[in-house]
Amino acid sequence: MADVLVLIDHNAGLVSRAAGELLTAARALGAVHAVAVVRAGEAEASRAVAAQYGAAKLSIIEAVDGHPITPSVDALASIAQASSPAAILLTSGAKGKEIAGRLAVRLGSGIITDAIELASDFSATQSIFGGSTVVHSKVTHGAPVITVRPNACEPVAAESSPEIIDIPINHTSSGVKVTSRQAPVKGGRPELTEASIIVSGGRGTNGDFGPVESLADALGAAVGASRAATDAGWYPHSNQVGQTGKTVSPQLYVACGISGAIQHRAGMQTSKTIVAINKDADAPIFELADFGVVGDLFNVVPQAAAGVQARKS
Amino acid sequence: MKFLVCVKQVPDSWAEKKLGADSRLDRAGVDAVLNDLDEYAIEEALRICESSGGNGEGGEHSITLLSMGPDRATEAIRKGLSMGADNAILISDDALAGSDALATSLVLAKAIESSGANIVLCGTESTDARMSVVPAMLAERLGWPQLTFAGELKIDVTANTVSIKRMTDEGVEEMEAPLPCVVSVIEKINEPRYPSFKGIMAAKKKSIETHTLADIGLAADQVGSASSWSSVVDAALRPPRSAGIKVVDEGNGGNELVSFLADKKIV
Ligand SMILES: Cc1cc2nc3c(=O)[nH]c(=O)nc-3n(C[C@H](O)[C@H](O)[C@H](O)COP(=O)(O)OP(=O)(O)OC[C@H]3O[C@@H](n4cnc5c(N)ncnc54)[C@H](O)[C@@H]3O)c2cc1C
Ligand SMILES: Nc1ncnc2c1ncn2[C@@H]1O[C@H](COP(=O)(O)O)[C@@H](O)[C@H]1O
Repeated sequence: MADVLVLIDHNAGLVSRAAGELLTAARALGAVHAVAVVRAGEAEASRAVAAQYGAAKLSIIEAVDGHPITPSVDALASIAQASSPAAILLTSGAKGKEIAGRLAVRLGSGIITDAIELASDFSATQSIFGGSTVVHSKVTHGAPVITVRPNACEPVAAESSPEIIDIPINHTSSGVKVTSRQAPVKGGRPELTEASIIVSGGRGTNGDFGPVESLADALGAAVGASRAATDAGWYPHSNQVGQTGKTVSPQLYVACGISGAIQHRAGMQTSKTIVAINKDADAPIFELADFGVVGDLFNVVPQAAAGVQARKS
Repeated sequence: MKFLVCVKQVPDSWAEKKLGADSRLDRAGVDAVLNDLDEYAIEEALRICESSGGNGEGGEHSITLLSMGPDRATEAIRKGLSMGADNAILISDDALAGSDALATSLVLAKAIESSGANIVLCGTESTDARMSVVPAMLAERLGWPQLTFAGELKIDVTANTVSIKRMTDEGVEEMEAPLPCVVSVIEKINEPRYPSFKGIMAAKKKSIETHTLADIGLAADQVGSASSWSSVVDAALRPPRSAGIKVVDEGNGGNELVSFLADKKIV
């Protein structure tokens, strides 16, 4: 069986939950060759996750320049050329797609992005048009380059001791110089794309995310925002859910003061359970809500947060 | 400086989209518009030019729009021209139908190579394909540096460098690259202008050069659905989500919500 190359997604030494998911999915399809491209001193977390999720082989490459993309493209391309893998899997996200796009060109491979499931023949299931349509696609040329969305499957541990593979990497220069980097301020809340519960706020919060955050904290949830809220500067762009924000698929999505525009729905429509709080009974978000409360979020949300707290104690 | 902005005509992002019988996006029933996200790239090019020497007649810089698409894509291109871009190149050819991102980037890269552009600006995604890979593919094909997801963009004409600031999951990063370079910009970078009446009138006289594949030195079998390296096996509509319970808050809405979550075993 040919190897399946998996790029371990990590961020300043912190390995994402999606890496465990991707390794789990890949294990069902072949012998996993995990690849991690790290900055100095960041190797251990990637090694640990590869071993925890059953990688058969592992290559750890120290990035030669600070560019977030080209070192990974160089590493995956060199390894793919040396080992003819059955497929190359990456995590769907801005970084993963960028690496995948370049890699597909360099290897002469077909590419599929945003897969939510992979079959044994590497055909991929995608959910398109904001979740309204499900397609199955297949790469027909070269080793398939596929990016898989976070939260597509449950990570299941399977200890292994991966064989360390040293493959010479043909480094190219990106021409890009990173002149400053400020690590993200990590709050105590889970990452948006990894969270099993998300509480989001929109224009209806009028800039006050207090109630949204307190319900999120009661539920152990991540905080999301509509574009109206991020455009207004009430919440960072990295928390935006929707077409030009993140696509999420949590167990529970709570929309507070969000109308449910098509571009917002595109990013959350496949959530398992959807709850909406909106004072306009005709807001389109109610068309997909499993449970909707027509009311003022400043009354409903704090009461719900208190109710959740009360059940916990 | 010669700016080139990649723009695509897409079905209106406000419309419900569906697949046609050929498993391709059914474009017939939907209004075709300029990809909203490309307007930010046009606007950014305009702002940079306006702040240093201007574009158009008598200006130091020029802004060319580049698009691959059917002949009717000229409608979307006109909008970009009426915002203030100087001229446009449209690559249109029957053989291009069904091209995937790889073929699209091949065509655009060919056109860019012969355009003499110093900088290529793109949106972050086309709202129909939503792959967000074309800018990276262009950089790879051209062998140019790429600066993506720019939230701020600066060009230093004397040093011949571009720098961006962006906020990603990695944090806030500032990066710099020499020209020529591919840059993609996010929707937070600016607020695109509405074309003025004067702009709309002026756009009617601006040139849209249309090229076929042969004109740019590519063969029909390098592009289109026949050469696409991925294919759709099948497609199906997901059953629409049906609305569930809706209650009106009369002082107890938050508690009712908690009961619902408890029934679902979420709390
Ligand atoms: C190309 C493109 C990409 C886009 N990408 C995205 C995207 O990624 N994500 C995204 O979210 N949007 C996106 N949009 C924007 C989208 O079209 C909407 O404008 C946006 O989602 C609206 O945000 P909102 O629901 O918060 O605001 P609004 O539509 O203004 O809705 C606010 C809602 O809050 C309710 N409300 C007000 N006060 C209260 C209160 N006290 N209590 C309860 N309810 C209250 C109102 O009844 C209303 O329904 C995109 C648009 C385009 C064109
Ligand atoms: N057919 C096209 N013609 C011109 N530019 C395009 C085309 N397709 C994609 N682009 C550019 O590439 C960006 C990303 O598109 P995509 O990778 O298709 O999501 C868009 O915002 C455009 O700037």
